[in-house]
Amino acid sequence: MGMEQLVEKYFRPGRLPHIWCPGCGHGIITGAIVKAVDKLGLSKDEVAVISGIGCSSRASGYLDFNTANTLHGRALPIASGLKMANPKLKVIVPSGDGDATAIGGNHLIHAARRNIDLTLVVYNNSIYGMTGGQYSPMTPKGSKATTAPYLTIEPAFNLLDLAKAAGATFVARSTTFHVQNMVDCIAKGIQHKGFSIIECVSACPTNFGRQNRMGAAPRMMEWQRDHAVMVGAWNRMDEATRAKAVADGKFPIGVLYEDNTVQEYTEAYDELIKRAQGGK
Amino acid sequence: MLKLVSKRCKGCGICVNFCPKKVLEVTEVGKCAIIAGKEKDCIQCGQCEMRCPDYAIFVEKDK
Amino acid sequence: MSIKLLQGNQAVVEGAIAAGVKFYGGYPITPSTEIAEQLAARLPQVGGKFMQTEDELAGLGAAVGASMGGKKAMTATSGPGFSLKQEMLGLACTAEIPVVIVNVQRVGPATGQPTSPAQGEVMMSRWGTHGDHWVIVVSPVSVPECFWLTIRAVNLAEKYRVPVIILMDEVVGHMREKIELPDDYSTIRTVERKRPACRPEDYLAYGTADGDLVPPMADFGSGYRWHVTGLIHDETGFPKGTPEGTVNALNRLHDKIYNNLDDIVTFEEYKMDDAEYAILSFGGAARTAYDTVDMARKEGIKAGLFRAITIWPFPEAQVKVLAGKVKGILVHELNYGQYVLEVERVVSGKCPVWLYGKYDNSSATPQQLLAELKKHVGR
Repeated sequence: MGMEQLVEKYFRPGRLPHIWCPGCGHGIITGAIVKAVDKLGLSKDEVAVISGIGCSSRASGYLDFNTANTLHGRALPIASGLKMANPKLKVIVPSGDGDATAIGGNHLIHAARRNIDLTLVVYNNSIYGMTGGQYSPMTPKGSKATTAPYLTIEPAFNLLDLAKAAGATFVARSTTFHVQNMVDCIAKGIQHKGFSIIECVSACPTNFGRQNRMGAAPRMMEWQRDHAVMVGAWNRMDEATRAKAVADGKFPIGVLYEDNTVQEYTEAYDELIKRAQGGK
Repeated sequence: MLKLVSKRCKGCGICVNFCPKKVLEVTEVGKCAIIAGKEKDCIQCGQCEMRCPDYAIFVEKDK
Repeated sequence: MSIKLLQGNQAVVEGAIAAGVKFYGGYPITPSTEIAEQLAARLPQVGGKFMQTEDELAGLGAAVGASMGGKKAMTATSGPGFSLKQEMLGLACTAEIPVVIVNVQRVGPATGQPTSPAQGEVMMSRWGTHGDHWVIVVSPVSVPECFWLTIRAVNLAEKYRVPVIILMDEVVGHMREKIELPDDYSTIRTVERKRPACRPEDYLAYGTADGDLVPPMADFGSGYRWHVTGLIHDETGFPKGTPEGTVNALNRLHDKIYNNLDDIVTFEEYKMDDAEYAILSFGGAARTAYDTVDMARKEGIKAGLFRAITIWPFPEAQVKVLAGKVKGILVHELNYGQYVLEVERVVSGKCPVWLYGKYDNSSATPQQLLAELKKHVGR
């Protein structure tokens, strides 16, 4: 199905054009979510999209699923309660870098720790876009932001290492340049039984690119092309090559980690119910 | 044929940049358009559709 | 019926089970923790689920999410946790997600005195979250009332699609009392939220075409796909920020509660028939007043007790009548003076309003309350 038909099928009528700025990558990520849902053949009724607040979080309103645009940083707890109420739902959480890693950082590590079957799609544009360009925990050190006129002195999170250490059992990264790869990562994340996180590197030409002289939207997308390395190639690098790649700001994309041996939270809870009711 | 949904287009220029046949341009009114005379150069590769963040350009395969 | 000796917090748990609560999300905090502990045991026995969340916001958040999924859901906390939950409470108000929040009050602010009673969140329970909003707040006086009022709170939340706060205090939460529990909870009247009967394609998430100001709510995953938002929205559920849209949205949230005060507002009158002086109180503070009324009458003072059970919406009509009937109203609450402000507003000078606000981390004795009454009566 082409994107035209996918928009027709999965987007709510009359809600486009979306609010995102010219060249913002968020439309591509939202399109990738739809492509992943379509690829998996899921019905619209069995998908829920629960978002917080921010540019990314507007995604929920455009999509014709069971959707909620909730509070800043708090999508994961709401999504967790929903998943507990109805484990059959495929619950996808679009979240920005500020939403997911700053105000929602505690919820992120605990949802990962529980290994509850949610799919967190982090729209990482390295900045607070909606409020006009303040630095986030994912803003690279040394960047300019409206709250960092003398450049940021805070190191950024390594989000995926953080999620993995906290207990996430599916960890992937992609970029808005690598659309097919992103669709593949999100689809696998949705299929994965457990907490999955897909970091989607996005461009914010208006509030990050401009302040950091990264050029217009196409240049920012080329930056993604030139800095992302497929995980297979990344893993084949010898240590020195990889160290140089990291020093050059390169990063691996694709499915970086998957563990299918950890019990999923709602399944574990079903067993708990059996124990509570006298079974084994 | 390319189908352009001008209402959604924000003129970011991504499609223009990644079109391998340089068929597209952003016009004075800030919308993407096919450069006059280049209609037949399109090879329907789908780069524009895939990269458009605004769902504003689609490839309609010739029958 | 079986007779048991239960704590107020335990009675809340049994009330929740009886009301059909199937989800609890929460974080431990004194003096409400027993509610979490015992629901962790009780919920899975009835096929429900308990989740100990990473913080207070997540506790209410998970309950809101479960409610969106169609389950009756609740959380419990105490003062500091209630402060933290306020933002999520606002979402539940504006998105009209039924949920019950228990706040077992302790001395505050900040850590205050975790194991001592107070009623410092009377105003916060009404006005805690930002923006204009309307909630229902009930306050039990005894262990049996903890049970029945919890059922009522769940029923009201489901009926009006509104967060209902059970405002307890450490006195009632930790006190043990005799309670008669029904053997079969299925005999108890419970309310199910109104769900859509139309075809999914005709469903308007916040539509009130049937004349009821409370729109039907579809469970996520039931085939009715709709959008929840914290933004001011119209009947479609999508944001509408026009002046007219804003007024319409807020008016309906107000009117769905305030057009139904006869159904929502409950109170108790003790020896009020011929009373010349009224003690007005609620929750744990009101426990003292029954004895005070009896003692006053023995001394020839015709006193009575007006006990607000639904403390918000304020029993305005009833207190207006009261003000025209008695020579004075003594408000007794375990704080520096909060509910008294609302009493003064409503009484509006029709009779004297006095305050016995006790904020020394303990309940009053009947003698102390009587002494206050006598001071004002002139005896």
